[in-house]
Amino acid sequence: VSAAGALEQVYRDERAAVLGTITRRLGGDLALAEDVVQDAFVAAAVEWHRRGVPERPGAWLTTTAWRKALDRLRHDRVAAARAPELVQAVSYDPELDFDRSSVDDDQLRMLFMCCHPALGPDVRMALTLRSVAGLSVPEIARAFLSSESAMERRLVRARRKIADARIPFRIPPDELLAERLAGVLRVVYLVYTEGHTTTQGPPPVRGDLCEEAIRLARLLARLMPDEAEALGLLALLLLTDARRAARVGAGGSLVSLDEQDRSVWDAERIGEGAGVLEQALRLGLPGSYVVQAAIAALHARAPAWEATDWPQIAGLYAELERRDPSPVVTINRAVAVGFADGPAAGLAILDGLAADPRLGRYQPLHAARAELRRRAGDAVGADAAYAEAIALSGNAAERAALQRRRRDGAC
Amino acid sequence: VSGRADLARRLDDTIPTTQEVIAMQYLLMLHFPPGRGPQEGTPEFDAEMERWGELNGEMREAGVVLAASGLHPEAVTTVRAPGGDVTVTDGPFAETKEILFSFYIVDVPDLDAATAWAAKMPSADYGSIEIRPMVGFEQR
Repeated sequence: VSAAGALEQVYRDERAAVLGTITRRLGGDLALAEDVVQDAFVAAAVEWHRRGVPERPGAWLTTTAWRKALDRLRHDRVAAARAPELVQAVSYDPELDFDRSSVDDDQLRMLFMCCHPALGPDVRMALTLRSVAGLSVPEIARAFLSSESAMERRLVRARRKIADARIPFRIPPDELLAERLAGVLRVVYLVYTEGHTTTQGPPPVRGDLCEEAIRLARLLARLMPDEAEALGLLALLLLTDARRAARVGAGGSLVSLDEQDRSVWDAERIGEGAGVLEQALRLGLPGSYVVQAAIAALHARAPAWEATDWPQIAGLYAELERRDPSPVVTINRAVAVGFADGPAAGLAILDGLAADPRLGRYQPLHAARAELRRRAGDAVGADAAYAEAIALSGNAAERAALQRRRRDGAC
Repeated sequence: VSGRADLARRLDDTIPTTQEVIAMQYLLMLHFPPGRGPQEGTPEFDAEMERWGELNGEMREAGVVLAASGLHPEAVTTVRAPGGDVTVTDGPFAETKEILFSFYIVDVPDLDAATAWAAKMPSADYGSIEIRPMVGFEQR
């Protein structure tokens, strides 16, 4: 293996572990940690090319990054005056620390730090993608439709805030855990939804973001096996993702659930997701991710669209609406009720939402109304609702799918 | 053994970091929108004063307060000296919707600890508490 190839491999496999060890040792100073880990990789590019790849590359990088951190701290008179113990650090052996540290624990700490409520909602996701998932700045910039330099500035500013305000690098104590875990799960969920339906395609689906969200959800479920919602999120993502291959049709168009070829659904993922869901249900009162996973499981288990258990799905959406009310949930309930009890019943639920002026420009509401009107035999009303939904959609594949359904409805 | 307890035990087995070495100080600025909160002379106001007294006692006991005081919200003076030319003006007033009526300087391990104290303050119910990390060397 060439030095460049080895470096790339190590970057993928061990960067998170090196960054986690150094960040922990620096008391959560992610700004300094990212800088010195970057420096260590730059040094590796030179050294490994000249002298070959070290036997334990992760340990080498940790030691190098730690030396670079000490150099910077020694030059920073403020830090040197305030933390002589840290700068001298005679007893600290970074290699040993790297060997002894648990990558998983550090990743979990990193997740809680990056998803801290004192950071802006957008930047939490960007930081998580950078420092936990290891995505590059250009990749993250693309996901956010931002320029690379603007994204880099936002990340730098967020890392400075973590260091300056001292957002702790730790698993939150019990009294904060429920609230903070909900914040972490939300970020992982948003990473998935961004991959599942990119806000402004193309491409309509980004598999790398979906896979990364699932990896993070697996990590959370493994490390917090008593948290029903962590298991619920993993189950939800697995069961939803099992359908990914069937969601994109020829020419990159999105295929809706009723038209999907169920034979290409990933049976292994469905099985795994159903197993995790069962585990979550055993932990007691289900939270909103568990309920959503249960809905996804009912879809996944239906052998055909016509065999979908709509009454039970409508009931689960009603449950979801009670615990976590939102227009999205109500729209989904309306669609489910439309199948369980007929389109008129579904439309009646949507009429209740129409009173809310904020939803006038909400694309899913118009799309759902169009479908229900079509099935109720109201071709003119359906056409008008399709037109509104198409005008409001930012995703080209989604627009194309709506246009196709509008044409199909017309004939 | 629950997963969390197991995790907590593993996390204890770590070496000290900067968090143990360098203390943090935060300035807590307490604001409230005029007209909100209990009015002086009402039983609600007296009850809030009692809660402030209890909280201040708790904070003193925990040894976290470096300085704290209420502020006269209407007696503000601003000084500027562009090019050494000193001007003193009355105010500012009414430029902000919220009145700064008190501050604390606390010495705590991290932002979560500062936030926890702020959340206990009675005025958090109807006002806000702005938390500003202090730059270390300025306190010497």
